[in-house]
Amino acid sequence: MADLRSNFVGIKSPNPFWLASAPPTDKAYNVERAFKAGWGGVVWKTLGEEGPPVVNVNGPRYGAIWGADRRLLGLNNIELITDRDLYVNLREIKQVKKDWPDRAVVVSLMVPCEEESWKAILPLVEETGADGIELNFGCPHGMSERGMGAAVGQVPEYVEMVVRWCKANTRMPVITKLTPNITDIRKPARAAHAAGTDAVSLINTINSITSVNLDTFAPEPTIDGKGTHGGYCGPAVKPIALSMVSEIARDSECAGLPISAIGGITTWRDAAEFMAMGAGNVQVCTAVMTYGFKIVQEMISGLENWMDAKGHATLADFAGRAVPNVTDWQYLNLNYITKARIDQDKCIKCGRCYIACEDTSHQAITAMKDGQRHFEVQDNECVACNLCVDVCPVEGCITMERLEAGALDQRTGKKVSADYANWTTHPNNPMATEAAE
Amino acid sequence: MTRLKDGIASGRLSATEYRDNFVDLHPPLDDHEAFVAADRCYFCHDAPCMTACPTSIDIPLFIREIATGNPLGSAKTIFRQNILGGMCARVCPTEQLCEEACVREAAEGKPVEIGRLQRYATDKAMAANAQFFGRAPSTGKRVAIVGAGPAGLACAHRLAMHGHAVEIFEAKKKSGGLNEYGIAAYKTVDGFARAEVDYVAAIGGIEIRNGKALGRDFSLADLTGEYDAVFLGMGLGGVNALEAKGEDADGVCDAVDFIADLRQAKNLGKLDIGRRVVVIGGGMTAIDAAIQSKLLGAEEVTICYRRGADAMKASRFEQELAAAKGVTIRHWLAPKKILSDKGKVEGIKLEYTEEKKGRLEMTGESLKLACDQVFKAIGQKLVADDLGDGAPALERGKIKVDDEGRTSLAGVWAGGDCSSTGDDLTVSAVAQGRDAAESINKSITGR
Ligand SMILES: Cc1cc2nc3c(=O)[nH]c(=O)nc-3n(C[C@H](O)[C@H](O)[C@H](O)COP(=O)(O)OP(=O)(O)OC[C@H]3O[C@@H](n4cnc5c(N)ncnc54)[C@H](O)[C@@H]3O)c2cc1C
Ligand SMILES: Cc1cc2nc3c(=O)[nH]c(=O)nc-3n(C[C@H](O)[C@H](O)[C@H](O)COP(=O)(O)O)c2cc1C
Ligand code: SF4
Ligand code: SF4
Ligand code: SF4
Repeated sequence: MADLRSNFVGIKSPNPFWLASAPPTDKAYNVERAFKAGWGGVVWKTLGEEGPPVVNVNGPRYGAIWGADRRLLGLNNIELITDRDLYVNLREIKQVKKDWPDRAVVVSLMVPCEEESWKAILPLVEETGADGIELNFGCPHGMSERGMGAAVGQVPEYVEMVVRWCKANTRMPVITKLTPNITDIRKPARAAHAAGTDAVSLINTINSITSVNLDTFAPEPTIDGKGTHGGYCGPAVKPIALSMVSEIARDSECAGLPISAIGGITTWRDAAEFMAMGAGNVQVCTAVMTYGFKIVQEMISGLENWMDAKGHATLADFAGRAVPNVTDWQYLNLNYITKARIDQDKCIKCGRCYIACEDTSHQAITAMKDGQRHFEVQDNECVACNLCVDVCPVEGCITMERLEAGALDQRTGKKVSADYANWTTHPNNPMATEAAE
Repeated sequence: MTRLKDGIASGRLSATEYRDNFVDLHPPLDDHEAFVAADRCYFCHDAPCMTACPTSIDIPLFIREIATGNPLGSAKTIFRQNILGGMCARVCPTEQLCEEACVREAAEGKPVEIGRLQRYATDKAMAANAQFFGRAPSTGKRVAIVGAGPAGLACAHRLAMHGHAVEIFEAKKKSGGLNEYGIAAYKTVDGFARAEVDYVAAIGGIEIRNGKALGRDFSLADLTGEYDAVFLGMGLGGVNALEAKGEDADGVCDAVDFIADLRQAKNLGKLDIGRRVVVIGGGMTAIDAAIQSKLLGAEEVTICYRRGADAMKASRFEQELAAAKGVTIRHWLAPKKILSDKGKVEGIKLEYTEEKKGRLEMTGESLKLACDQVFKAIGQKLVADDLGDGAPALERGKIKVDDEGRTSLAGVWAGGDCSSTGDDLTVSAVAQGRDAAESINKSITGR
């Protein structure tokens, strides 16, 4: 049986599934329910400095996009950090950690960008016995207008400065949570790394407006006729998060920097993908906000069964295994030649592959044969773009098959070479280097 | 107890039972159900469903318009091809037409619910009384139509669009043809047939003259003399004979008349129905008569058909529906003799049949079924006499037409059940009426 125990920067948890800092971790009541359901750890909803807490809007704070059957695909929020008193939160954190010693309890923090503010709050958190802190440099709305959250996370120098303050003022592991609202995610990651952060976590939410109400011409969610951009999360953001995680995982300057992956993780499969892409553990928010805490049971059993099936005894056995396979476009093998193949037994003759290829790709699929509806790929036109595979409603009906070395590529009229060759050495590349011997 | 009263009697059920029994067969989809159903459509290229629709509605397009929250756009897409899209959505045997061809039927035996989606869009448009088509400037041409059934109405609407003045002569008090008098009550509830006639006629330029019958009130020559063109959409008014002895006994009825009475009844509790009913036939009419007998409270209803299940014109779905309602379907039985006592039906004698080398043969073995009522549902036929002298040529008992609906007489078109291309489907009648209108338009405008 696979062993799911996780040790992330010294913080132990029975499984790698943590709840991200957000409403599900806002108070002891929720967190205890989460632990009862089986969550391995939580990052407590972000605490702010001592004093009157922030206030949230009193109208809708979420917007969403849905599939046809109301499957929630993406969520947007304009919520701020915790709106509960600092000391109430600290008391609850202490009690929860005491009651659940085997679970990870990390506290998310966001205070003004002054060393004094950090110096003030860190001992208070340390006193609770929490396992670590997460620096919220990500919140893209509201808090950023006040010079916190994404306003810090978007400036690598500030990230570095705040991480240094924290490392200097606490013994607790520091996880730096990054905002995706930036052009190059490696920059703040490098800054945090340079300042000695124990780990980074990403992504926080993405600036977004989910829709415009066409009756009132107001963005959704609408507060008294007005709206503002919020943070986007849920299944829709997973590919963005996965790419950002991969960039840090393969960045030589960030080598060895642990990553806690966040962003659209909904199933065990998503979690396994992120961990294969270099994450040490994962954090989940929208999926539990959609389905409740019980989904962790599916995540645990799914991951276990997959690990058992693949012979991975521990998380370390597959951690980061996909990272070496992420490369730059210029290094992709241009001698890898495939052709689309339609399995006629599976084909239901909807014609989607045909119209997609005909109208928008390479006119490589025929729609008729001997007066019958029949869809077939013409090898002499197929560039192997994969569009037909992506639009075909039947899984596994169209596959990409590799032409063996020595076979004739009917499109180019050339024989397929067995050698690896990429753009850096391609004759059409004006900057081509000599082919490596 | 009236429920089990022998013979033919009314009031077998309670008022609630009558009401519950005759509710909408396929209740309408609500918005959410429609979005979910629409989302299943793959928006196929050169969609097979569209090819299978006799009126060639652009099904992927209208479904996509539903999916994007544009039901009026969707309705317009439907009505552009089929102005009776609302009725067709309710009565088409979709399992033999569009939904049979749907690629998801082939893939998983669960087609996109095209019929119900079509109803969703057309209901929305009709509820909003949205009219999508206007009339072209008047051409000064006048066209006479015989019969205000689906064929006549579709023809009239298309001619009106082209700017011609249309007069429809309809023998019955109400318009709609079999939509009003024939279709099973649970397929078209709440006076839909009537509402649809009004919706179609609202384009303007269509005059319907009810109670005017060809052959009785005027002749075909009168029409050809007075109008620029004539379209015959008179359906099949006659009924085939059983050719069984004793057919004139009390209790032997014509299924189409029975259904017409039912469709027009204000109080179902006043309708007579036998305790034990036998229906002879294998088509939609037989099924509808049998099911509605059951729904009216008949205890035992048996359909007897002279061939096997596969040969029945009623679709598999219709057969299953009948079975689910408690109707027994028996195959390979041909009626021989109606058994009666003092002129009243008390049973029927049938002979077993078999198929030998593709031919139906009698076996000599027979069976008696006790019953109080026998419905004949073995097909309707053209009342050719109505066409009078100088009638257009017939083909297998129907008016012979070419693929544009032209009869052998210059200036006379025909379509729907009465024509040689008719196939006893509402949607085909609509297609033929519409296409004949295009042919008429071409002919009388010289364009
Ligand atoms: C019981 C029954 C159930 C059916 N169920 C279905 C179903 O579920 N789905 C389906 O697709 N199809 C069904 N059909 C078939 C469908 O109703 C017909 O195919 C369709 O109505 C044909 O349309 P039409 O316009 O050609 O003829 P009709 O609908 O028969 O209309 C002809 C019209 O012409 C009038 N008329 C006739 N003679 C004259 C005259 N001499 N002068 C003036 N007017 C005249 C008639 O009164 C009538 O109004 C059913 C038929 C029957 C009998
Ligand atoms: C309503 C809401 C409030 C959030 N509040 C915080 C917060 O206080 N601190 C924080 O670090 N992230 C916050 N987040 C971001 C989440 O922790 C997480 O990074 C993001 O939702 C992406 O993960 P997901 O796709 O699993 O939801 C919030 C998200 C939501 C939906
Ligand atoms: S892979 Fe691209 S080019 Fe080839 S058949 Fe498919 S859509 Fe056309
Ligand atoms: S998209 Fe797939 S199922 Fe549809 S025609 Fe093409 S191969 Fe067949
Ligand atoms: S065949 Fe089915 S899936 Fe394809 S367009 Fe028609 S309804 Fe949609």
